[in-house]
Amino acid sequence: MTDTAAHRDPAAFREPGAARALLDAIRRRAAARRRREPLRLMEFCGGHTHAIMRYGIREALAPDVRLLSGPGCPVCVTADADIDAAIAMASLPGVAVATFGDMVRVPGTRSSLQEARAAGADVHVVYSALDAMDLARRRPELKVVMLGIGFETTAPTVAAVLEAARAEGLGNLSVYSMHKLTPPAMRAILEAGEACLDGIIGPGHVTAITGWRAWEFLPAEYGLPCAVSGFEPLDMLYAIEQLVTAAVDGEPRVVNAYRRGVTAEGNRVAQALLGRVFEPANAEWRGLGVVPGSGLALRPAYAAHDARRLFELPAPAGGRTAEERGCRCGEVLRGAIEPPECPLFGRACTPAQPVGPCMVSGEGSCAAYYRYGGASRP
Amino acid sequence: MSDDIILLAHGSGGLLSQELVEQVFLPHLGRPAGALEDATEIALGPGRVVMTTDGYVVRPIAFPGGDIGKLAVCGTVNDLAMRGARPLYLTAAFIIEEGLPLVELDRIVASMAAAAAQAGVRVVAGDTKVVERGGVDRLFITTAGVGVVPEGVCISAAGARPGDVVLVSGAMGDHGLAIMTQREGLRFQSPLRSDCAPLNGLVADMLAAGGEAIHVLRDPTRGGLATALNELAAASEVSIAIDEDAVPVHDAVRVASELLGLDPLYVANEGKLIAIVAPEAAEAVLAAMRAHPLGAEAAAIGDVRAAERSRVVLRTPLGTHRLLDMLAGEQLPRIC
Repeated sequence: MTDTAAHRDPAAFREPGAARALLDAIRRRAAARRRREPLRLMEFCGGHTHAIMRYGIREALAPDVRLLSGPGCPVCVTADADIDAAIAMASLPGVAVATFGDMVRVPGTRSSLQEARAAGADVHVVYSALDAMDLARRRPELKVVMLGIGFETTAPTVAAVLEAARAEGLGNLSVYSMHKLTPPAMRAILEAGEACLDGIIGPGHVTAITGWRAWEFLPAEYGLPCAVSGFEPLDMLYAIEQLVTAAVDGEPRVVNAYRRGVTAEGNRVAQALLGRVFEPANAEWRGLGVVPGSGLALRPAYAAHDARRLFELPAPAGGRTAEERGCRCGEVLRGAIEPPECPLFGRACTPAQPVGPCMVSGEGSCAAYYRYGGASRP
Repeated sequence: MSDDIILLAHGSGGLLSQELVEQVFLPHLGRPAGALEDATEIALGPGRVVMTTDGYVVRPIAFPGGDIGKLAVCGTVNDLAMRGARPLYLTAAFIIEEGLPLVELDRIVASMAAAAAQAGVRVVAGDTKVVERGGVDRLFITTAGVGVVPEGVCISAAGARPGDVVLVSGAMGDHGLAIMTQREGLRFQSPLRSDCAPLNGLVADMLAAGGEAIHVLRDPTRGGLATALNELAAASEVSIAIDEDAVPVHDAVRVASELLGLDPLYVANEGKLIAIVAPEAAEAVLAAMRAHPLGAEAAAIGDVRAAERSRVVLRTPLGTHRLLDMLAGEQLPRIC
């Protein structure tokens, strides 16, 4: 199967015969170990969590391999304080907040953007930053704030819109950047040391931008293998097979198991764009706290479009964070527990009435476990 | 009429209201034999009478494959047909935002008339209200329908029995994806068309082939196949096992779903049905479905099992199993 043929026919990446062969190989290699407990692999990316649950890959790998979810769902790692800030901006007269869909349902300390919208706040769901730009052009009387959310994958599109907005003097468009970088977060999880991992499934789309060299610190500094994976079932099984092989052989390395999307150096154009518009900054991650250098702030040249500088936001008044309501999303995001271990999971916290963000986003671990993991549901 | 728009006065009950009835509604939907009365007499044949009503608030009001008028007829006709009834009469109430171009209203009423003719039902009563700008989003339509269930037909959401076969009449997700790709801000070219169609003709052919062996009919509208199957499993107190590979989904829908992060099994349909049928009749019913233009892509997708807890389980292409849950929450815009 050539890559071109595969692009034409994604079903080729779901072929049951090939999947069985990979599963057999994984089991054989895992069985060759002396240690009897399962190999623990973390999938960083929420898209992987979703695919793993959707195709029943966890079930197929048990008991040889245990998959743990990481903090790779941008909505899930958004801090309560940022949700509160977004609600505060949307509630200001003459201000409209534009956001990707999932964000509207994430509870802040007092309410969600969805509830704020029902109460009169101006919240627009958009499918890309370009839609926010259109809104700003069409409604010059409005101050449009785009919520910049996402990792290395979505940040370049927001950067491109910011460059264009500055060039055309679109003064009523600003960005509230919550963009985050994935390698520093991975490092923070390993430093926390709760997850006890044997390998990392590297995020395919993020690595298409960063290049796989961005993960070389994993084998070099932590002795962990990393396999960058695509999102089809065979992509994931192949990456897992590579990780199990590396772990069993005791030869940690970075494997590019997603060659049709990922190179060593990544997307230089996108990297350059990011560098022109953003600069690294500290960022608060739900579950990880403030991780140094893990965020992207707008450079001073873009101050006129930086919502964090433009709006004086009132200090949030007396709500309760999800953690204070008993939510254990933080531990789920660090790979310390699996969603069903949280006492709220499936009881007080469901996709219809989420307490924490991991139950909101389609890429959130809790939502994926709830939706597909019938057996583990109360 | 080309430049005319709907004014508040069109809903006032005065001269303009009368003009609207005379120039738009009656020419398309048909004029009663006598005077325009406050209520219409209808004749119902033998059998059990069933009745239903539904409100339609779709945005945009016209989309590839249909519009709100066609939808308002098909949706209500299909609800009647899902009880095995012969749909006979509809009523229609229009709530119009002032400023709607009269030509657009005319086009939508014409489309209702065409759908009613296709379904063999008559629209026998109606009402029009006009509200100020922002009061509604362009046009909302509510229809009610009456039909008659022939003797011997007993179709109910609670009728599924262990061993029954689950059939669908065609590909899943066409309507919802067609609407999604039309909505503001989502401007990609696509060949997606709504499947909006009246299903009573298809149901009549199925009943002729399967009769009492047809235990359940359901049109998987909002929430899609997954949600409808969960409702049926709960109502019948059974489990339903579905083979994911067997569920028909058009390539265009599959690709658009992946781009938008949707699952076609949760996306609305407006011209498809689920049938749960006794195993011995499944083949005959499936053949009857495939012989009808609206069932050409019909398929058997799974079966019904006895279970302590009602759930829908999907067998994935990898041979693993997962729960197919109800739709929780709603990110989709108004689609029906």
